[in-house]
Amino acid sequence: MELKGTGARDGAPQEPADGVLGALAETARRAVHGGEACRCGPGAVGVLADREDGAVVRHGGLVAKAHAAGTEAGAHAARVGLAARPELAGVLLPPVPGPRPADAGDRPVTLWPYGTPVDPDDPDAAPWEAAARLLALLHRTPPPAGPLPAMRAPEKAALAVGRMLRAAPDHPAAATVLAAWRTVEGAGSGRAELCHGDFHLGQLVRDFRGDWRLIDVDDAGLGDPAWDLARPAAWFAAGLLPGDVWARFLGAYEEAGGPAAGADPWARLDLPARALTVQTAALAVAKSTAERRGLDEVEDVMIDTCARIASARTAPAPAASP
Amino acid sequence: MQCPKCHAAMHTYNRNGVQIEQCSGCRGIFLDYGELEALTRLESQWQAPPAPPAAYPAQPAPAAPAWGAPHGGHHGHHRSRGFGRMLFSS
Repeated sequence: MELKGTGARDGAPQEPADGVLGALAETARRAVHGGEACRCGPGAVGVLADREDGAVVRHGGLVAKAHAAGTEAGAHAARVGLAARPELAGVLLPPVPGPRPADAGDRPVTLWPYGTPVDPDDPDAAPWEAAARLLALLHRTPPPAGPLPAMRAPEKAALAVGRMLRAAPDHPAAATVLAAWRTVEGAGSGRAELCHGDFHLGQLVRDFRGDWRLIDVDDAGLGDPAWDLARPAAWFAAGLLPGDVWARFLGAYEEAGGPAAGADPWARLDLPARALTVQTAALAVAKSTAERRGLDEVEDVMIDTCARIASARTAPAPAASP
Repeated sequence: MQCPKCHAAMHTYNRNGVQIEQCSGCRGIFLDYGELEALTRLESQWQAPPAPPAAYPAQPAPAAPAWGAPHGGHHGHHRSRGFGRMLFSS
């Protein structure tokens, strides 16, 4: 889920239309007001995200989210249940208690408190340390009893490569991305700690107290927590994220007792960071092709990084498990 | 010791562990064997950031993988809109 904050920020809220967005708007409105009249300001009502894997409509203090079509019911319930666990109340934003709202067509719907996202125009002010502490706490929390699905980060990297191959098999950068992917494909660590599965700066909001919490449990589950650090690690390795910001993030993670770093963090991070580099590059190729444009400057940087991954693969691969 | 140039008395100073004889008359300086090298070393340390105390290593560049960007990286990009978007998307 990406909370872009379009409605409130631009002062021009998008009026939810029919279909999924309309259903979400109605669900959120009813959850806030019941049958009463709505006196919410226009800035507090609107569409926050509208993607196939997550549509989000805000109404005042709540948001309604439609998850991806075809979301597996059991795994989905386990993930939402994870966000409701009291021992994770300081880490994950909990869902609104009560019966689950009706599906929007073939998409399950959930209700959450609205939280203020990180300002996308001011990434320097991003709460890197708070994010690292939340991830460390999540990774340190013993998984609850009962079935919990695998976290989906490795699967999402593979899906991104598949999407690139379908959308842009002849793109000049596709071969480079694939060569980097071959250094990653099929590797697994066998670890089974609690993981977010899709961490980036859009996955943080302030709750009603002003404390940062992680949102979007759609990819959460058991796995190797190094994958949750892999996206910032990939940005740093690509030369996009300044070294001091990366050091702050990793330092805060280690200070909070996070299990995925240690004395030689790249022994754990190398493989997932290569996978996230490939994923980002593959999605850039697919999206830029769909939008009939060339790669932008930072997308080019990710392709260059894929080329270095492919040419460095003769070096011995780091151990996949500690 | 007398100054070889003006024959005034020379006084010994200790500058950062290097013994320096300076003439009280013409202010000329006499260096023993190895002292010029010692001073040169001190000078280069002065220009570099001060050596960190062992207990608090001042921030060295963080470790990076073999395939990482060449030293210095592309940091000029990090404020670009493209990277801003990348920070917030799956």
